[in-house]
Amino acid sequence: MSLLELVSVSQCYGDKKIIDQLSLALEAGEIGCLLGSSGCGKTTVLRCIAGFEPLLDGEIRLDGRGIASAAANVPAHQREIGMVFQDYALFPHLSVVENVGFGLGGLSRSARARRVAAMLEVVGLAAYGKAYPHELSGGQQQRVALARALAPQPRLLLLDEPFSNLDVDLRERLSREVREILKSQGTTAILVTHDQHEAFAMADKVGVMAQGRLQQWASPYELYHEPQTRYVADFIGQGAFVPGRVTGPRCVALELGEYCSAVPRQFVVGDDVDVLLRPDDVVHDDGSEVKALVLGKVFRGSEFLYTLQLASGRSVLALVPSHHNHAIGEAIGIRLELEHLIAFRQQ
Amino acid sequence: MQLEKSLPSTRHSPPPGAAMPAGIRRRLAIWPARLLVLAISLFTVVPLAVVMTSSLSPDPAIWQHLLEFALPELLRNTLLMLLGVTAGVLLIGVSLAWLVAVYQFPGRRFFSWALMLPLAMPAYVLAFAQVGIFEFTGPIQTLLRPHFDNMRWFPEIRSTTGLLLVMSLAFYPYVYLLARNAFATMGRRALEVGQSLGLSPRQGFWRIALPMARPWIMGGVLLVVMESLADFGTVAVFNYDTFTTAIYKAWFALFSLDTAKQLASLLVVMVFVLLLLEQYSRGRRAYSQAGRTAPAPRLPLTGWRGWAASGIASLVLLLAFVLPLLQLGYWASRDFANQFSADFIVYAWRSVLLSLLAAVLVTLIALVLAYLVRRDGGAIVRLAARVATIGYAIPGTVLAVGVFVPVAWLDNQLIALLGLGGEVTAVFKGTLLAMLLAFMARFLAVGHSAVDAAMNRITRSHDEAARNLGVSGWALLYRVYLPLLSGGLFTAMLMVFVDVMKEMPITLMTRPFGWDTLSVRVYNMTSEGMWDQAALPAIAIVLVGLLPTILLSRQRDVA
Repeated sequence: MSLLELVSVSQCYGDKKIIDQLSLALEAGEIGCLLGSSGCGKTTVLRCIAGFEPLLDGEIRLDGRGIASAAANVPAHQREIGMVFQDYALFPHLSVVENVGFGLGGLSRSARARRVAAMLEVVGLAAYGKAYPHELSGGQQQRVALARALAPQPRLLLLDEPFSNLDVDLRERLSREVREILKSQGTTAILVTHDQHEAFAMADKVGVMAQGRLQQWASPYELYHEPQTRYVADFIGQGAFVPGRVTGPRCVALELGEYCSAVPRQFVVGDDVDVLLRPDDVVHDDGSEVKALVLGKVFRGSEFLYTLQLASGRSVLALVPSHHNHAIGEAIGIRLELEHLIAFRQQ
Repeated sequence: MQLEKSLPSTRHSPPPGAAMPAGIRRRLAIWPARLLVLAISLFTVVPLAVVMTSSLSPDPAIWQHLLEFALPELLRNTLLMLLGVTAGVLLIGVSLAWLVAVYQFPGRRFFSWALMLPLAMPAYVLAFAQVGIFEFTGPIQTLLRPHFDNMRWFPEIRSTTGLLLVMSLAFYPYVYLLARNAFATMGRRALEVGQSLGLSPRQGFWRIALPMARPWIMGGVLLVVMESLADFGTVAVFNYDTFTTAIYKAWFALFSLDTAKQLASLLVVMVFVLLLLEQYSRGRRAYSQAGRTAPAPRLPLTGWRGWAASGIASLVLLLAFVLPLLQLGYWASRDFANQFSADFIVYAWRSVLLSLLAAVLVTLIALVLAYLVRRDGGAIVRLAARVATIGYAIPGTVLAVGVFVPVAWLDNQLIALLGLGGEVTAVFKGTLLAMLLAFMARFLAVGHSAVDAAMNRITRSHDEAARNLGVSGWALLYRVYLPLLSGGLFTAMLMVFVDVMKEMPITLMTRPFGWDTLSVRVYNMTSEGMWDQAALPAIAIVLVGLLPTILLSRQRDVA
């Protein structure tokens, strides 16, 4: 049985649907992530789970017990669901120790002190107990917020854009750290972000959301290599769509040549499809017959990201080892090296 | 003022008089500006010093008399008033702020701004209107009398309780306004954080929202306490003796300026003790408002709870603003022809003239002060600016004494120097100039905070961009600052204008002989118990007072 289940959950503000029949399940100990651009409804999902928003339809179950539906709600403070807020919402009038101990009202004084000390140890802030929030850096405040939310041992932890207030390099380091802390505590968690690097670094399961709908709920690997909707294919990673025609049960003919593998079954011979080519699917090969013009290039250290123009005028991206330094306007040989065929029927 | 002249007027031309090392020239050039700031601060320092030095040389005879007859009652009355009013404004202000900021109920948007309206009504106006409404001959008791055998059960409005209620109703908007803004930015979030940590909404209010809003609430309470200490007209209506009325009586009834000075110095000590307590209580905590995220939705109050919320808000608004205004309107209309006389026009004209002069003067000084502080930025200048603006915490009665004494001294010196003797007894004493000096000390902070807030919105890069384009010095002031500051300057003038219009004790105590204004007229009539004769001038004051209230509600509405 999954720890958290959302069954066909809907929510709206006025006439506008914010969440549209969203379903997902998260196993105990897993970290899930809702990924999407701003306004896609991901934060509202989190707030529904926390109990801050009522449901229009559907049901949310925690440990098999219904906690929210259109008819009945367990009040937010009785759900034992912790939350790390986007702005951390630390209490400015309380010290770090008092902040972390805030949710431990039920414990004796000594048990509370032990728990707070243990949590500060976990987040690496044992030396800062007496400090006030404004005396800490952004990253430290973030870890205090995490410690405060984890201290009462919530059944589920929610993180709302947890790293959006931090510098880019700090973001990467902290997302790794936070994942390690959550894993070490065996915490089940859901975070919400618009940054796919963050999602991939943190989460076991990622759900891409658009216009209130969950497009796909899968592992980061599956999202990248087996996107189920055109939106996910477009949103995750880089790449370009190239038209092709289904030529056989397993084959598609592209401008770059015919490619055969396990063709998605829903197509029939003669169908026109768009095939997603990732930059690592297009390989530079001087011996290849197929030539493409270099339109632009970005140096990335160990490799170049070339934008190439095919004979038809369409462009594709190619990752090429950086000792192949070609000038813009030069024609270079390329060939396909596809492992997963990602194709969608043309609209 | 010389500082910028020593800098090159454009980037490319060589500085004039480059022979002298630039560092020394600059350091020398800074001083005229600094002296100007120090001179401005003298307008506040001198009156305060005059009052305070009197406590260094206490007159044993006066103190004997004070200790025996006056002080015990004054201290008890003052303490009781401060405690009662603090409790009253906390109860009214905080609960209304919480309702309006966190919940959704019928009429919430209307009440959000309407509950600030009582700001427009000076406490002394509310006081005599309420007394008029609830006293024996007032409409409420008259209405009830036929239905009861006697009216002895009806609470006496002219009592300590009545005073505390009236002052709480007059001053709650300070707490309401600050608490509402604090709750609006973090109240609902505080509840959510609490819930995510297992606290019910009620626990969330007491354990999170209230402590987090504490600095704003305490800031409001401090304003209320200062207003109460400085209040003169309200306690006068209720015949409730506090330091302000005692100072007035000592001077104008007993003709003992020395006693007035001694009492004033005690009042100043109380003010500073309160200010220090407030500073100390903040300690090391910082109360920056967290939160860039969108505020959470309001919690709906449905059914009877919603109507109860509307009812409470309506009751406060009714008692603090609507009923008293209706009563004033009734009094004024009853013999309008009589009250709207040539005398009234004269009072109104004087009030407007005085307020306008003070507004322009204070705003100008505030602008110079803010500009010089910004340009210099040094510790001395900033300290001087803080001292110059501390006058707002000093009750008007104290400043009236503090300004009168040095002006009288100056008059005597001038008369002796010029050998006027005999027929001339006053030069500046009892002139508009002396009044304006006192107003400046009292209201510089009002003008300064508005100008300074606008000044702070002009960034350092604005300065640098202008200098980079060859504009500096006073040209910077009128080509860059003034256009950007115009809104702030307008606000400053409006605030000072209205404050002077409402002001009672300074006007009363320092005005030229017989030079009555609207507020003085209100005092004269209410001290005779002639409420209806005070109605029309009071209405004029309230109407003018509505202007900044509306401005404030437009600026700060967080609906």
